[in-house]
Amino acid sequence: MTARLLTLEVNGTTHHIAARDHATLLEVLREDLGLTGTKHGCELGECGACTVLVDGAPWLSCLTVAREAEGRRVTTIEGLAKGPEPHPLQVAFADLGAAQCGYCTPGVLMSASSLLETDPVPTTQQIKEALAGNLCRCTGYIKIIEAVHLAAERAGAASGPGTGGAS
Amino acid sequence: MRLPPFTFLEPATLAEATKMLADQGPAATTVAGGTDLYPNLKRRQSSPKTLVSLRRVDGLRGIRANGSGTTIGATTTLGEVAAAEVLPGAIRDAAGFVSSPQIRNVGTIGGNLCVDTRCDYINQNEEWRRAVDFCLKDRGEICWVAPRSSHCWAVSSTDIAPVAIALEAEIRLASVGGERVIPAEALYRDDGIEWLTRAPDEILTEIVVPGGNGMRATYRKVRRRGTIDFPILGVAVAVDVDGGGECTSARIVLGAIASAPVRASEAEEFLAGKRLSDEVIEETARLAGKAARPQDNTDLNSRYRKRMVPVEVGRALRSLA
Repeated sequence: MTARLLTLEVNGTTHHIAARDHATLLEVLREDLGLTGTKHGCELGECGACTVLVDGAPWLSCLTVAREAEGRRVTTIEGLAKGPEPHPLQVAFADLGAAQCGYCTPGVLMSASSLLETDPVPTTQQIKEALAGNLCRCTGYIKIIEAVHLAAERAGAASGPGTGGAS
Repeated sequence: MRLPPFTFLEPATLAEATKMLADQGPAATTVAGGTDLYPNLKRRQSSPKTLVSLRRVDGLRGIRANGSGTTIGATTTLGEVAAAEVLPGAIRDAAGFVSSPQIRNVGTIGGNLCVDTRCDYINQNEEWRRAVDFCLKDRGEICWVAPRSSHCWAVSSTDIAPVAIALEAEIRLASVGGERVIPAEALYRDDGIEWLTRAPDEILTEIVVPGGNGMRATYRKVRRRGTIDFPILGVAVAVDVDGGGECTSARIVLGAIASAPVRASEAEEFLAGKRLSDEVIEETARLAGKAARPQDNTDLNSRYRKRMVPVEVGRALRSLA
């Protein structure tokens, strides 16, 4: 099985890589591009640790053959910040201590950032549904949900009454 | 866990895809979202030499309503099905209950209809399976669920199929030899190893959901968690109700209870011609429970799953009354 040319757009940069057909997007990101922010978890699609955005939607990079991401925009946790400015979600997670061991955090942030793109002021139920594919095995989910609310409140000055506030 | 080596082909048209599949023979398999296939390959449940990806095949994705119903392209994602207001609520719910948002963004309705059967003894890594000795579904000569059985009991784990059968949907299959359209029910076989009647060179291209005037339908799913998990029981019920409130006919389909979706025929016949009163619902649910003989080969235990059949059929019927 020989390697073939693979062209991937990751965090706005185009990369040309020699990859074997059965390489997953997770393997290419971590091992060829050195983007180790995306985590190996179960590698079977059950935990969400490897979540990245493909054309803005959360996908599991462990279950994506890298070749399937050709011609699409891939965003990883390294591409979430705007230069030196962390994403509002990253600030809120740090402020509220919404990470304990932190292993699930990159995946959680990618799912949450996609949610805020479509629903800038989500309800608690919407947050729970958007994060239903991201397992956290140490903090529980309360602080994570509170941090998503906080980021939404800070980012959206136009947030209406009754939509913020974790429960 | 890594994928086994394979050649990945990405045809652009259906004609190209069917030709590739025919040329490659049984060593090739189709893949769409891959959310079922890739974990199974990582566990070395099979090792195809070639994958023919359907994701870039033109015209296979999308939902089209026409006069007599709705056509769903096979590579339409489960997330798109769940969000499609033009579709019946039961099929949208079933799609929305599949696994997690990430899986629904990638996994397809065609893939869910064809999802591999599951069992506690096959969905394990290769070392584990070798240690206990391989089973009937993979190289071995014994079924660890029913050791005296010559039949594989792996469980049909699709959420879409019970609803598709209850709604009397049809499935379109294409190969180099042409096309055929079959009732959704005819896609399945009660055999954990050969669970589909689809030939190896056929591609499932679309599912056609009829309009159904006066039809009410629902889908209920039992699993340990409210997300990620496969069904350990699925209940799809569709009833045709006339102007006087009488059920003229009913389809009651149980998923994740055998190697194929199971019709609760006795319960369907009992319900036909009756109103959905409390007494009728209770008896229909009891009769549906008789159709279920689950094995101890998936999450929770078989007694619980069997006892939940009348409970969930009753809940489904009450929601339609």
